[in-house]
Amino acid sequence: MLLASLLGLSRLQFALTAMFHWLFVPLTIGLGFIIAIMETYYVRTGNEFWKRTTKFWMKIFAINFAIGVATGIILEFQFGTNWSNYSWFVGDIFGAPLAIEGIFAFFLESTFFAIMFFGWEKVSKKAHLLSTWLVAIGTILSALWILVANAWMQFPTGMEFNPDTARNEMTDFWAVALSPVAINKFIHTVTNCFVIAAVVVIGISSWYLFKKREDEFSRKSIRIASVFGMVSLVILIWSGDGSAVHVAKKQPMKLAAMEGLYQSTEGTPIVAFAILNPKKKISDMEVDSLAYSLQKPFLVNISIPQGLSLLVDRKMNSFVPGIEDIINGGYKYTDQYGNQQIALPVKERMRRGKLAVNALAAYQMAKEAGDEQSKEYALRTLRENYRHFGYGFIEKPSDIVPNVPLTFYAFHIMVILGGFFLLLFGLAIFLDRKGMLTRFKWFHLMAIISIPLVYICTQAGWIVAEVGRQPWTIQDLLTTNASLSGVSSSAVLTTTIMFFVLFSVLLAAELTIMFKVIKKGPAAQ
Amino acid sequence: MLYQLQHYWWLVVTLLGAFLVFLMFVQGGQSLIFGIVKNDTEKSLVINALGHKWELTFTTLVTFGGAMFASFPLYYSTSFGGAYWLWMAILFLFVIQAVSFEYRKKAGNILGAKTYETFLFLNGSLGTILLGVAVGTFFSGGSFTMDKMSITSLESPVISQWTNGWHGLDAIVVPFNLLMGIVVYLAARTLGLLYVIKQIEMETLVQKAKTQIKVTGTAFVITFVALLIHLFTMTGYSVSPETGIINPVKYKYFFNMTELVWPSIMLICGVLLVLYGLSTTYFSKGKHSFFLTGGGVILAVWSILICAAFNNTAFFVSTINIQQSLTLYNSSSSEFTLKVMAYASLFIPFVLAYVAYVWKSLTKTKMSESELNQPDSHKY
Repeated sequence: MLLASLLGLSRLQFALTAMFHWLFVPLTIGLGFIIAIMETYYVRTGNEFWKRTTKFWMKIFAINFAIGVATGIILEFQFGTNWSNYSWFVGDIFGAPLAIEGIFAFFLESTFFAIMFFGWEKVSKKAHLLSTWLVAIGTILSALWILVANAWMQFPTGMEFNPDTARNEMTDFWAVALSPVAINKFIHTVTNCFVIAAVVVIGISSWYLFKKREDEFSRKSIRIASVFGMVSLVILIWSGDGSAVHVAKKQPMKLAAMEGLYQSTEGTPIVAFAILNPKKKISDMEVDSLAYSLQKPFLVNISIPQGLSLLVDRKMNSFVPGIEDIINGGYKYTDQYGNQQIALPVKERMRRGKLAVNALAAYQMAKEAGDEQSKEYALRTLRENYRHFGYGFIEKPSDIVPNVPLTFYAFHIMVILGGFFLLLFGLAIFLDRKGMLTRFKWFHLMAIISIPLVYICTQAGWIVAEVGRQPWTIQDLLTTNASLSGVSSSAVLTTTIMFFVLFSVLLAAELTIMFKVIKKGPAAQ
Repeated sequence: MLYQLQHYWWLVVTLLGAFLVFLMFVQGGQSLIFGIVKNDTEKSLVINALGHKWELTFTTLVTFGGAMFASFPLYYSTSFGGAYWLWMAILFLFVIQAVSFEYRKKAGNILGAKTYETFLFLNGSLGTILLGVAVGTFFSGGSFTMDKMSITSLESPVISQWTNGWHGLDAIVVPFNLLMGIVVYLAARTLGLLYVIKQIEMETLVQKAKTQIKVTGTAFVITFVALLIHLFTMTGYSVSPETGIINPVKYKYFFNMTELVWPSIMLICGVLLVLYGLSTTYFSKGKHSFFLTGGGVILAVWSILICAAFNNTAFFVSTINIQQSLTLYNSSSSEFTLKVMAYASLFIPFVLAYVAYVWKSLTKTKMSESELNQPDSHKY
């Protein structure tokens, strides 16, 4: 059972911490900007109403900020405590963005946070406004660097393997920092944060309108949030499309899992709505394999013909490989340098991966023995096969398939909810224009329900990105299994339980504090 | 070039460490809760005065971790993955701090103010001691093995392994580490008291702090001297930069001080500053005592941490196989990465400048009851 193993528990702990962290951070990133916009109104107009409004949303910001900080440090530590092999194998590249994040972003946030909250009476209005903007910019910068680090795991670039230190080393900083995957991920994630904050602002304000209170505050908050949210959502959807193109090129297995695509054809359709067939599996035994491959992937399926080909290749009849295609290889694809290639079967990649790993060992032995010729030969073998290095740690072909139902449903839930928020923002803008925001109870209810939905949406996005890329910590180069620390599974189980209890209590406290603050309302500021 | 960069980064990381010890005056202040800080008003004054600064300390800790990861990743993976329980304990003690300021007085915080105050107290006492213990391992080492080529063993590719089941809890009972923990705690507490004296407008509390500082400050100085004696009589491990071979050297850290000269000057200046800073509080008003003593602590801690690795010293010794100890040469990032980050580090003076500016503009006035009673202000 995966969950009882060190790998399963270490993954569970990381997922628990990351998803918990991601309940609080996106709201602060998005809300930081909404607050800054509101305070700009205040400084420009001098209207005390805007100051009160700013201060209310700041309160919500602070409650979330504290818990985001608390969970962020756990993630940082976990790379060392639970994934120590990973930390050495790629620390040369992965560590740098984290350090830069600290120097450039965290100090900016935490320093000006103090002015934002305690400086109202101590600095000038303009200095205060500048501080609020700097905090917002700081949150964006920290998102940038952590996403650069994450994008590099999904699309390793700008580095070379050094056989003497047995790790990957950076050769091109800008290739890492400005990798197309990093930029896309940054845009997608940050606009996602903006959308979350916009939905939360609209939702809370609608609750007031539902209760027939805080009329002006709520209408004006919705006015800012709906436009802010709509603009962000359009960019979010556009970057989501870009993200699919990247995934198709760099992580074809993830895309196949997102679509529940097993055996593909030219002109691959895209799933609009479907229920997966739970009997459909991938087996390494040839006998079972045949039986499984006869199973249909879906029980119910509504697809758009050629949709996936069009989406990821911009061509009607291109071939988007499915899970079984990727395992068996043999199809044609264009690699990142634009060359036509024939995909290797996973078994062959596993063989070449083991060749690379063994060549590294042989290199080291030859080096110690002073045998230049063998050293040279081993190095050549290593270089030729390095892009399969991680496959050396794969035991059987089916191990390279992520959890399909989780990835598939998460992806579709995310997309459907994205469409729903388009409707929400559109309605909010329309009703505001017509001066009818206070009128329809059903709109208020829809906006209130949107708050939990937007969190489900963003967590689903995390699942697509992170579960969908299993079993890799570094795509094709390092498996989660080879990334672990030398600790016992009982130790990780103990700390996971401790974190779970702590997180549950903190979440309960956070929510009740929020509810009380909201209930009291901005008038009490 | 690599050689210089490795040393440059050790300087940067240890400077962050030194600043961290200074900024742990926040933790020191928290350790006063339930001690001299008794009634609700006193608690609120102290917690709010510290509350304006806690994030700076926290950020320094996070950045210290990030910079260590980026510049000496093998230390990060060996120590964090090996001394698992020690780091997990430190982690928990800092996580509970991060929420406590904001949630303590809020309606609906579930656990009640007292629990959050206890969190702050634990972070301020146990947290600083354990962090000190972890720092102690720079000199006393740990029972680990490290072999980078383990990655080629497909069944068990783990590079660094702790060889006993205590996973870092064993470091707490090493006398040197424990002494280091106590010194760090007392330093933080001393600075915390000085911060209370400097920043809080409440005569009775300040008087209590002034009485308390005489005990704490003196204990800090005495334990610090004991630590120095222990350190200078210890056996350290010297590494040959050419061959990487490691050998024990008696009185290694003492020789590092005397051979390099400038760290010893820093140390002497640091100690003198601490003594002068404390004496101004003992015998007069001590208006600048906080920054004088704090500056002294930074200099002293920095010089000691520099001697942990400079002058070809192994900075994380494997007590199982000394040849597998970590040195600046075998644990650092590549020349390219260190260079890239060296450019990024040029930004640090700018960071220091705005931190100083904000610090100044927020501490123009003392924390007083009237500030806490302002209806409009954000309070902890």
